[in-house]
Amino acid sequence: MRLAYTWVCILVTVVAAAGGDVLIALAMRRIGDLGELGARLGIFAVVVRIFSSGAFLSGISLMAIAFFSNLIGLSWADLSLMGPATASLTFLANALGGKLFLGEDVDRRRWLATIFVCAGVLLIARS
Amino acid sequence: MTLRKYLVILSVVVFGPIGDAFLARGMKQTGAIDVSHLTHVFAAVANPWIILGIASLLASMASYMTALSFADLTYVLPATALGYVNMVFIAHLWLGEHISVIRWGGIALIVMGVGWVARGPLRTGNHLVDVSASAEQQESR
Repeated sequence: MRLAYTWVCILVTVVAAAGGDVLIALAMRRIGDLGELGARLGIFAVVVRIFSSGAFLSGISLMAIAFFSNLIGLSWADLSLMGPATASLTFLANALGGKLFLGEDVDRRRWLATIFVCAGVLLIARS
Repeated sequence: MTLRKYLVILSVVVFGPIGDAFLARGMKQTGAIDVSHLTHVFAAVANPWIILGIASLLASMASYMTALSFADLTYVLPATALGYVNMVFIAHLWLGEHISVIRWGGIALIVMGVGWVARGPLRTGNHLVDVSASAEQQESR
């Protein structure tokens, strides 16, 4: 039964982490290059701009859900299961999210990179 | 890509795995959390290893957000997958763990994936950049 709970945690972690990643990426894209903005406006103004972004705050909320779901999962299962399972599935979910919600050009090169990284993470975890 | 951008991505790769390892150690000390007492997970935040893990993950997160401000999500995520390779090398060199042939194969796949994506463009989907440009223009008025 604990294995079933673990996989529920993995699923919640993956969905929340991917949703959080997409929203944070959207916020950062809208705000602009943080290095250049920091040099031009100062770090404080950049921090204010980040924390007044609705997309960023929603993304962080989803990340918090993913974080605690991951912590609960880690108390039931080893990092060697939780880490690779959540990471590899989140890679795939993010590639879909980047394409569907951010309009990124996920061409063959990026799909191949995503699939290779997923496969690599799974091999490291299962050996 | 400039040296600054390489360093930003490198920070994600270094601080992320260290934070995960600290969290794992902390949660093993805390013990299993009962399904009927899920709120006990908040008590774990007082554990020193968890605090160190959170600090390291915050550093990784700040670098990650900076990377997302100049590169696509579908570029940053595969590129920062080198963190898994780091974790295996740390386990091998510092902890003396054996790395099997299959695990070397996994490392090779990740490196190939990272190399593939790194040769592509940092940023695509420019219509969203236009949204930010127009938002900034409105702010400056």
